[in-house]
Amino acid sequence: MNRIDRCFAALRAAGRCGLIPFITAGDPSPADIVPLMHALVAAGADLIELGVPFSDPMADGPVIQHASERALAKGVGLRQILDGVAQFRTSNDATPIVLMGYLNPIEIHGYEKFAEEAIVAGVDGVLLVDCPLEESAVIAPLADAGLHRIFLAAPTTSETRLAGLTQAARGFLYYVSFAGVTGADRLDLAPVRARVAAIKARSPALPVAVGFGVRDAASAVAIAEFADAVVIGSALVAYLADAPDARIACDRAREFLSPIRTALDARAPRHAV
Amino acid sequence: MQAKPFSPAATAAPVDYANYPDEHGRFGDYGGLYVAETLMEPLAELRDAYLRLRRDPEFIAELDRDLTHYVGRPSPIYHAERLSKKIGGAQILFKREDLNHTGAHKINNTVGQALVAKRMGKRRIIAETGAGQHGVASATVATRLGLECVVYMGAVDIERQKINVYRMKLLGAEVVPVTSGSKTLKDALNEAMRDWVTNVADTFYIIGTVAGPHPYPMMVRDFNAIVGREARAQMLHQYGRLPDVITACVGGGSNAIGLFHAFLNDREVKIVGAEAAGDGIETGRHAASLAAGRPGVLHGNRTYVICDDNGQITETHSISAGLDYPGVGPEHAWLKDTGRASYVGITDNEALSAFHELARSEGILAALESSHAVAQGIKLARDLPKDKLVLVNLSGRGDKDVHTIAAREGIAL
Repeated sequence: MNRIDRCFAALRAAGRCGLIPFITAGDPSPADIVPLMHALVAAGADLIELGVPFSDPMADGPVIQHASERALAKGVGLRQILDGVAQFRTSNDATPIVLMGYLNPIEIHGYEKFAEEAIVAGVDGVLLVDCPLEESAVIAPLADAGLHRIFLAAPTTSETRLAGLTQAARGFLYYVSFAGVTGADRLDLAPVRARVAAIKARSPALPVAVGFGVRDAASAVAIAEFADAVVIGSALVAYLADAPDARIACDRAREFLSPIRTALDARAPRHAV
Repeated sequence: MQAKPFSPAATAAPVDYANYPDEHGRFGDYGGLYVAETLMEPLAELRDAYLRLRRDPEFIAELDRDLTHYVGRPSPIYHAERLSKKIGGAQILFKREDLNHTGAHKINNTVGQALVAKRMGKRRIIAETGAGQHGVASATVATRLGLECVVYMGAVDIERQKINVYRMKLLGAEVVPVTSGSKTLKDALNEAMRDWVTNVADTFYIIGTVAGPHPYPMMVRDFNAIVGREARAQMLHQYGRLPDVITACVGGGSNAIGLFHAFLNDREVKIVGAEAAGDGIETGRHAASLAAGRPGVLHGNRTYVICDDNGQITETHSISAGLDYPGVGPEHAWLKDTGRASYVGITDNEALSAFHELARSEGILAALESSHAVAQGIKLARDLPKDKLVLVNLSGRGDKDVHTIAAREGIAL
């Protein structure tokens, strides 16, 4: 069983809302990748999204763009990231890891080669922002190797496409809360709640995580009312950005994430319909 | 990998180039729709609207009127007799897209897309620009239709194309400097895409080249294909035959595909694209995606890209901002692979000397982008007998480049 499925099954059984932090791998420093992942788990992360930096992050706002630029300037690529995951796995075999990024680095690395190396390292899923369902034939080797393909759904996604997405989705569906780039301040809860309810009515077994625009305990708790997990990216990346060393970066990660975890856990357990 | 829809070996009848892209926006393995989920539905709406409009007689009539009375079409084919005599080979002919309103082929596309935007009820136009020609052409059509216009332009390009920046402002457009990445055309495209994903409900993104997600490579090609259709008819009328070779510069490749498309099924016409070789392909400082890049995915389509072994897009170099782009339209990628067209590099220095050669022999100041095509046309003509015809797309005029050329030659204006 894929760690992602195990994770959501456990969350569901406990009636808890999952907490998914996103960090750009290699930012603030390549040396931080592994300690930061452990710190995030210690602070209550249920699943970690590890951003693979790309030179042209078309769907990202300035915070993640700059984090990617910094990581690239320090030479971070798939190899260091996979090494980091492998090292993390030597002491954590439970927390699922999803690599999130763009197609070209994996295309150039080679899909078969990447799939094999990612599985060996201990990656559980891959979210490729610029590879929609219609083009996903190219990444078939990833699913064949056992990696969950995480799909995005958005406010603009039609019902017809949603049917295809919920059918193809493995692990969880990532619902993008607004039409925009990561980190923007445009969160409007009512339409998100309605759309997530519609997705859940269509496929009750598929967990739905909501991301984009979640920045603190209050917004996370509001989303936990109707989603299976919340994703927090830009706000966390910004909070870590100028940490001078790994120890401080880890302290900040805990400082940022712990209150959100506490707030989520203070809610009454919610049981799926 | 996905199955190849086209395989030369397995096809008995010659491929009909007019039938591409397929319904998924693919030219063989290239093209497609590599964008974030949020844009999938808007792109499907655009595709459907465009497929409807391209067969709508009223839309076609309105576009034709604009092309005739606003753009100033048809543009002439001019026989550069003095230049040809100097070179001493084939006859060099120019398709004079530089004589269009706003000074380049770019207006063919923006007039078309602006009419699509109007029919789709959008009130705001956004565009990316490199040399500024597409930005000017977008600002021009937007202001004429009373639409708001925002143009994204790399900070580096703003510096080297000041005249066009001011032209856009005079036309009422807002020019937004892009300071991320390499601060050039590719980054402007990223930023325009981010704007579009954010304001997709009321905004129409006029992409300026034959790249991007489907339907852009098809739509931008269709609007520029008037260049080749006219040229083909003019050649038959003026010379009683087709040219032996046609050539154009290729950055994203919109003027080139515009000229090439009508000739693709004329197998006897040789087709050559001129990419920016910058300081020389061997130096690594160039923008020759087809000649020196590899297949990858950038800006919504699969095509040839210039990237490192980690898949990171690398900085390109060309003296001409309009060719300074690490990708290329997917149809060109396919034409390269099928062998229908070949693509070669022209260095900064070769383009500059062609610029001067043309200025002195014919009294035409060509854009630095187009000067790459002129250089390639001269090379081709030199190796051919006098009775052969080389048709060069003179895609834009060079007024915008006089500062760059003066600076390069150490002249203070």
